[in-house]
Amino acid sequence: MAYTEEELKKELETKEYEYGFYTDIESETFPNGLNEEIVIAISKKKGEPEWMTLWRLEAFKYWKEMEEPEWANVHYQKPDFQAISYYSAPKKADPNKTLDDVDPELLEMYKKLGISVDEQKKLQNVAVDIVMDSVSVATTFKKTLAEKGIIFCSISEAIKEHPELVKKYIGSVVPKRDNFYAALNSAVFSDGSFCYIPKGVRCPMELSTYFRINQAGTGQFERTLVIADEDSYVSYLEGCTAPSRDENQLHAAVVELVALDGAEIKYSTVQNWFPGNKEGKGGVFNFVTKRALCEKNAKVSWTQVETGSAVTWKYPSCILKGDNSIGEFYSIAVTNNYQQADTGTKMVHIGKNTKSTIISKGISAGKSQNSYRGLVQVNSRADGARNFSQCDSLLMGNECGAHTFPYIEAKNKSAMIEHEATTSKIGEDQIFYCNQRGIDTEKAIALIVNGFSKEVLNKLPMEFAVEAQKLLEISLEGSVG
Amino acid sequence: MDLKDKLISSFMAFENNVDVEHPVHDVRMAAIKNFEEKGFPSKKEEAWKYTSLNNIQKIDFSIFPKEDNALEYKDVKRYFIHEIDTYKIVFVDGIYSSYLSETTHDGVDICLMSAALTKPMYKQVIDVYFNKIASKDESLTSLNTAFSREGAYIYIPQNKMPKKPIEILHFSTGNEASLLLQPRNLIVVEENAEVQIIERHQSLTTNEVLTNAVTEIFAAKSAIVDFYKIQNDAPTASLIDNTYIDQKDKSHVKVHTFSFGGKLTRNNLNFYQNGEFIDSTMKGVTILGEKQHVDHHTLVHHIEPNCESHQDYKGIYGDSSTGVFNGKIIVDKIAQKTNAFQQNNNILISDKASINTKPQLEIFADDVKCSHGCTIGQLDEDALFYLQSRGIPQKEARALLMYAFANNVLSSVRIPELKTRINKLIAKKLGVNLGFDL
Repeated sequence: MAYTEEELKKELETKEYEYGFYTDIESETFPNGLNEEIVIAISKKKGEPEWMTLWRLEAFKYWKEMEEPEWANVHYQKPDFQAISYYSAPKKADPNKTLDDVDPELLEMYKKLGISVDEQKKLQNVAVDIVMDSVSVATTFKKTLAEKGIIFCSISEAIKEHPELVKKYIGSVVPKRDNFYAALNSAVFSDGSFCYIPKGVRCPMELSTYFRINQAGTGQFERTLVIADEDSYVSYLEGCTAPSRDENQLHAAVVELVALDGAEIKYSTVQNWFPGNKEGKGGVFNFVTKRALCEKNAKVSWTQVETGSAVTWKYPSCILKGDNSIGEFYSIAVTNNYQQADTGTKMVHIGKNTKSTIISKGISAGKSQNSYRGLVQVNSRADGARNFSQCDSLLMGNECGAHTFPYIEAKNKSAMIEHEATTSKIGEDQIFYCNQRGIDTEKAIALIVNGFSKEVLNKLPMEFAVEAQKLLEISLEGSVG
Repeated sequence: MDLKDKLISSFMAFENNVDVEHPVHDVRMAAIKNFEEKGFPSKKEEAWKYTSLNNIQKIDFSIFPKEDNALEYKDVKRYFIHEIDTYKIVFVDGIYSSYLSETTHDGVDICLMSAALTKPMYKQVIDVYFNKIASKDESLTSLNTAFSREGAYIYIPQNKMPKKPIEILHFSTGNEASLLLQPRNLIVVEENAEVQIIERHQSLTTNEVLTNAVTEIFAAKSAIVDFYKIQNDAPTASLIDNTYIDQKDKSHVKVHTFSFGGKLTRNNLNFYQNGEFIDSTMKGVTILGEKQHVDHHTLVHHIEPNCESHQDYKGIYGDSSTGVFNGKIIVDKIAQKTNAFQQNNNILISDKASINTKPQLEIFADDVKCSHGCTIGQLDEDALFYLQSRGIPQKEARALLMYAFANNVLSSVRIPELKTRINKLIAKKLGVNLGFDL
């Protein structure tokens, strides 16, 4: 018997954030606040060389002079940067441990989330570098990768063991003073992933990192650096879930991708941090800077599924520096209840015959606000640049909003740029058609949303596509308008 | 002394020449205060990101021109749509020229703002409409409001339609080395009435001119307004045009903007749909060369349900010209069943030309159909080859393709003589003679 919308609404309102639980692990946490001593202490704690400490201090100096950006179409209580603890590490963690030595409590947590490290290791051929509250806990498949010359480790390890690579590339795509959050991240980043694919190597497996925020009141500042040397290929996955928390948690990550001549990087994200409860209380602030540099004939493809976070501020970008380089951006952003998302991409065409594709799907429900903000810039020397952008928004219910702010700047006469955007809602006739064929309203919505976002879901690696589809369903439940 | 200070101190001199007891003067005082607070907009403001007024502010403009600037009709005839009979409201250096004008009070009022602001018989209309839809927040509109004294005043009562179209012309003679003009127009079209208006700003010499114009248009229930703006000014003339349109139930308002000249042109076109079943159309053709700059800023605010808006802007940019299109559509929560369409196509024909476009949608209602499309590209090489292979020289073939590109906009011009005139302007701008009218 099909249940009514009222019943459905009631059921969904009481539905708690599925992944909202909290694992009690003894953590070593720094006192709240941020000053030069804290920056030095973080650096010392991680046993970093002097050049890194100086690098952090310089970033901190820039950060102090900067102001928090206000141009995004989001409204929130600004975080008090002095009320945050900038370092927290699970005490028992030891980077040299094997998987068997990992704290059983941690493993239990992953099991709850449906991610069995063992299982993935065996069945899905995925190497997992787990970041839990900032310190890398376990790294698998390192050996297999090492045989190919691939370096896949935590960034702190890379700083110690491959300083020449880190020194050369860190901050080369996202400079320290790029923006407020990037500067903050550069000063206090706790950990993150580092990946280097040597010349001509095709990485045999999908590299994956799972980020979690676990400790109350700790911001998480990851730093990811992926370098694909000439003619190499790598597919990198990043997925996130976070425990339910009452106070707002800050997340300011920086991701830098370097694709050298002929290299290809595929970077996929599924983001499902705690979005706040249905009154809009709590939830993660997600202020991320992601950028890729494409050299000659290189290709970078960003795919993201954004369902979580109370406030999202995120613009994965491609600097198409080399001739014939290609940038792609596929995104689904879903907002429900009081979530706010301001997300999009920047495609900067510098080299000749550069191409970019932008497909953005925004779905807003409840009382949420969803914005697409993008920039396509064709510089005067970028002959033959080509861009295609498509931004579609789907509105569910009459209290949400969908906004588009596409900036298009062309300075070359041979540029071909197309942009189109539509906004609409799910038609009553579409729902009726499904109902008529015995598909209840909730399933019908899931079906239609899936169809709407198919173009993007198709770009995700298999393992992720399934998870992402499930996430879409969970995020949109209760938004039947 | 910079331009802002000069303007503020001139306000006192201005007060000596107007009736400070009149209620409109309170509006002026509030406006100058707002301008004093905000000053000229800078590139840091989102709305002025791509247009800089820095160079304009360096010019020492005369704010109060001399009053004896007579023009002979034969010298300026070519700027009128002289093929047809029209009502004319003509200003020379900001001063009304009764010699060149043809106004009327026969059933409709087609006359002057200065009269409307001072004579008691217009008080009722002024009280209801003056400065009611124009922004009280935007600094340049405030600047115009503060110095508002002269301009066109058009009042069309219920069920009336003037016998012929109305032309509003602003000439600047160059008697001043550099001149600032601030015309203020008020157009009220009552229920079921209709009007056609053609507006043009023309500088007759190469002396610097800056026009900061504000036009308020009120279209009551079922009213029809056709407004054509011809912008083909001298390369030393700059124009900031602020047009605010208030529409009621079932009204249709169309604004066509033809930008072919001028040094810097900024069009702020704002539609507010305060009723249901409204249709708003804005179309534009922009063809630029040299170092010209045109910035089209449109806003359509859908406030009530069941309305439509259509935007279609075409731009062709050559030499070192720069073009900006920023179209914003806001759909309020209660404005269900809104259809809003926006189209912006651009062709770059020179390496030094550039175009910045930002079609922006802000939508708060769910049962809507909103779309925008935006392209930047070149003339189709295949089409060019096709025409050339049939004996049409390259230059003419290119022009023909550009005509075709702009034709969508021209097809909705309802005054045939005006359409012919625009076609001629385009041909001249493209430097060709096609030998036939399109």
